[in-house]
Amino acid sequence: MSKAILFDATLCINCKQCELACAERNKLPYDETIAAEQKQSAHKLTVVQAKGDKYMRRLCMNCLDPTCASVCPVGAFRKTAEGPVVYDESRCMGCRYCMVACPFSVPKYEWDKALPLVRKCDMCADRVLAGQPTACAEACPTGATQFGEREELIAEATHRIRDNPEQYFKHIYGLDEVGGTSVLLLSSVPFTTFGFHNPIQHDPLPMLTYRVLSRIPDLVALGAVLLGGIWWITSRRAEVAAAEEEEKA
Amino acid sequence: MTMPTRIQLPKLTFWKALFVVVILLGLYATVIRFARGLGASTNLSDDFPWGLWVGFDVLCGVMLAAGGFTLTACVYIFNLQRFRPIVRPTVLTAFLGYALVVVALLFDLGRSYRIWHPLVMWNPRSVMFEVAWCVMLYTTVLSLEFAPVVFERLRLEKPRKILRAISIPLVIGGVLLSTLHQSSLGSLYLIVPDKLHPLWYTPLLPVFFFLSAIAIGLAMTIFESSMTSKHFGKQLELPLLRDLGRALVVVLLVYTVLRLQNLYHRGALKLVLQGGYETRLFLLEVLLGLLAPIVLLLIPRARRSAGGLYLAAVLTILGFITNRLNVSITGMEVSAGVRYLPKWTELAVTAAIVAAGFAVFGLAAKYLPIFDDHKPAAPPPVFAEAELEHVRS
Repeated sequence: MSKAILFDATLCINCKQCELACAERNKLPYDETIAAEQKQSAHKLTVVQAKGDKYMRRLCMNCLDPTCASVCPVGAFRKTAEGPVVYDESRCMGCRYCMVACPFSVPKYEWDKALPLVRKCDMCADRVLAGQPTACAEACPTGATQFGEREELIAEATHRIRDNPEQYFKHIYGLDEVGGTSVLLLSSVPFTTFGFHNPIQHDPLPMLTYRVLSRIPDLVALGAVLLGGIWWITSRRAEVAAAEEEEKA
Repeated sequence: MTMPTRIQLPKLTFWKALFVVVILLGLYATVIRFARGLGASTNLSDDFPWGLWVGFDVLCGVMLAAGGFTLTACVYIFNLQRFRPIVRPTVLTAFLGYALVVVALLFDLGRSYRIWHPLVMWNPRSVMFEVAWCVMLYTTVLSLEFAPVVFERLRLEKPRKILRAISIPLVIGGVLLSTLHQSSLGSLYLIVPDKLHPLWYTPLLPVFFFLSAIAIGLAMTIFESSMTSKHFGKQLELPLLRDLGRALVVVLLVYTVLRLQNLYHRGALKLVLQGGYETRLFLLEVLLGLLAPIVLLLIPRARRSAGGLYLAAVLTILGFITNRLNVSITGMEVSAGVRYLPKWTELAVTAAIVAAGFAVFGLAAKYLPIFDDHKPAAPPPVFAEAELEHVRS
């Protein structure tokens, strides 16, 4: 079954334990300066953003049909059956199409390195595959970040909104955004407050390019026959004209 | 021959000096790029991962090479033999264009030593994968299309005959690859419906990129013919340029109608009246690339004069360079929440790459028979002599 993360912003106290746990798991530095950074970057894969007393976690949404996996020319990204979207750094040539294409602008680049790589949250793939929760879920002291089966977490989120409608903005973000994601968000305020694009597509983005790409084989065959035919007619015409000239002379 | 050379000498030294300066700056920028990485050498960031090297060097580089497939299709497929004299310089320009795109990619890729990865690591769902294969295959096709010129110079008859025998499949392959590649550069942006500004985002992006590539193919042919006539004293006769001009205005009109219909049906036409940064650059693109050349080419006096045609071609080229930069840079800025302007190093590398292209073209024009392809005595190589015999009997 597919795992997922449910982040309920109404339970978040901005303690940033998830940030710390994430940095440790990914062997990234973490100190007060980094804790104060409000943006995801190559050295900060998850961020607790604060708007007044409202908080929101940003991390890779680990989409069900990931745009990054579809756009990467060398297939460096892969959606695992367990849920995490993983990145194989030995394939990456650094075209950065994933960064351009990701609807959540999640993949970040090591801009200051001579031989850079893309960095992003991979939903602790090694831990999840070993049956453990993600580092951030394990570290969360309030239960704001919760790890579990996607179906169960959706049911849980639905319950919470139904039981306390005045407490929640009535939407589970990630339920069907870009075809659904393995990270689900609940909030008391609209998600646009935290810079989520609105309206975002509800169909998976990879279809947008695949619709065109899948026509290529037909187009090539048809084009080859068409061009060959035109050539055959025009050159035959020229041959006949040349022969007629010859006869006249 | 000595007289004109002597008169041109001071001008040549100026250009040579400029060339040396541009190349030296480019080399310095290259050192920064590869020693200290993309962060130190570009104004790119997590918010804006693609800049000048993708927007100009790759998108415009490929677009400006469109003369290659447009003209080979005219001459070989549609058998319009009167355009034959400029096939060689145009194919050379296209080949250089693609070679320079590959060089630019080496700068832009974070780990350029892995540029060969798409050969063995496949992802057919990726537009970038298709782009990578088209660049590789079409660069190969262009080098084969141009190779006969080199063989002719080296008097290698055998390989020349082999290439002549496969010239039609080669041209058809080249036209198909170009069609795919030109359009797929537009398809690249199909995946960013929430990020690209609605003045440019449309499911028809690949169609617009392809149509404009044909327009640019025609405009570049007019432009190159005029340039070569200035520097090498060879050019197409005016009637041929007029034919190209007429074709150009038709393609531009078709493009304009489609583009307006598309804006209207997507409800984006009102954005044009809104004003602001995007609108200004959109209007610049429309004015330069569509309105001005169309008006110019519809005026009989301008359409018939070499100067008018040259101006229309230059305007079209500038307009569609603006278009490609708008799609890749202007249109992506709002959603990114940042403004992007290239760093000097980005400009220096681009300028050096373009300068190198001009230099190689100059050398090729000097040492290779690229302007001597219209000896009236020789039969067009499209038909083998045997076939002519067959027709005669």
